[in-house]
Amino acid sequence: MNGYLQQLIAGTVVTIELATLSLLLAFGLGLAGAAARLSSKRWLAMLGTAYTTSIRAVPDLVLMLLLYYSVQNWVNLITDALDQPQIEIDPFLAGVSVLGFIYGAYFTETLRGAVKAVPRGQLEAAAAFGLNGWQVFWRILFPQMMRFALPGISNNWQVILKATALVSIIGLHEVIYAAEAAIKGSSWPGGGQVLFYLTMVALLYLLLTTLSNFVFAYLEKRYAAGFERLSQ
Amino acid sequence: MIDLIKQYWQPFLWGSPNHISGLAMTLWLTVISCAIGFVLALPAAVGRVTGPSWVRWLIRIYTFVFRGTPLYVQLLIIYSGIYSLDMVRNTPGISSFFRDALNCTILAFTLNTCAYTTELLAGAVRATPRGEVEAARSLGLAGVSLYRRIILPSALRRALPAYSNEVILMLHATSLASAATVSDILKVARDANADYYLPFVAFGIAAVLYAAICFMLIWLFRKAEQKWLMHLSPSQ
Repeated sequence: MNGYLQQLIAGTVVTIELATLSLLLAFGLGLAGAAARLSSKRWLAMLGTAYTTSIRAVPDLVLMLLLYYSVQNWVNLITDALDQPQIEIDPFLAGVSVLGFIYGAYFTETLRGAVKAVPRGQLEAAAAFGLNGWQVFWRILFPQMMRFALPGISNNWQVILKATALVSIIGLHEVIYAAEAAIKGSSWPGGGQVLFYLTMVALLYLLLTTLSNFVFAYLEKRYAAGFERLSQ
Repeated sequence: MIDLIKQYWQPFLWGSPNHISGLAMTLWLTVISCAIGFVLALPAAVGRVTGPSWVRWLIRIYTFVFRGTPLYVQLLIIYSGIYSLDMVRNTPGISSFFRDALNCTILAFTLNTCAYTTELLAGAVRATPRGEVEAARSLGLAGVSLYRRIILPSALRRALPAYSNEVILMLHATSLASAATVSDILKVARDANADYYLPFVAFGIAAVLYAAICFMLIWLFRKAEQKWLMHLSPSQ
């Protein structure tokens, strides 16, 4: 049983890595998407809208299978056409890119709302002081929009963390995969091993979601420095 | 691609005499889970706000556990975890319930959406303006009638936009049923892909169907909001 518990912990580490890297990718895509949606160029704004609308209308599991199997299929077609050996897409890489791509759409909406919540005068004042575009973004816009974005980011993070459970379906060796291996390898009297290992997984997720609540509570306090809390 | 569509349009959309279609199964899963979940969430939300402290704590632990863990794990626990116990297998009534994948799926989905809906409604009940309650009390309303006539009608209206999100998330979550062998839209797509190995077409059709249901739900909730939240609309 000790070996299985170690595997479970190793799986949890993969889950955390997967969720963190997906979050970073989704955040980056979300910034780009928000910039596109707020852009004065019509085609960019429409591209951004098409991205968020189509991705958010379809379940993440369906998109995951669609993207993973389609891209694998296309890669196979290309390697076959070139008489090359088949390339297996790495499930971890696939998981990060698919989760990042899907939740980038949710981040686009979160960040767009946050950017719009920063008073325009702040940006105009920054420009009047001679800051260039990048400086305005990094010194003025970003620190202020984070205060409005954090509740949404915290929400998205919780959803991404829980969505990592789906990546076991495309074969990534994360925490559920480890639990299933442990279940197959052990046989308890009364048949309790399935319930035991699955409950362990549930508890690990509960621990992760609870810990991240504390982290986000701290961040929200930090980015709200200088503002009075209205409620509570 | 044409062959795939020819063979699978019926399982996707209309079904056959002995099977209901993937579309019907997805809609059924969404409607039944949301309906039962909502009916259970209503008393749970009131209990979460005004119940005695042990009731508040019990409901709080329930929503904490079900909102803090992935639905997929909950489904696995209910579908394979519980049924693997000899104790459950050897008890006739319980065994026949948990042997059926559809029962397990609906149970897992209902418990999950009920937890989210409870918190959402509890938030709406808490946000009831004090003045409304005071006015109602001054007119002699108390207890059940206070809730039935004043607090709940106003709280449910306030919760409507958030609840529409929850229903759409639930629609998306039903695609997990395919992992428990329930033949919803995604299961049909997986079968079609296994037969023809055309993943983009098979899952693409599924994606379009889900998006269509999603937009229909958005439209329905917009109509509902126009009807019940008319007094809050800025125009007129």
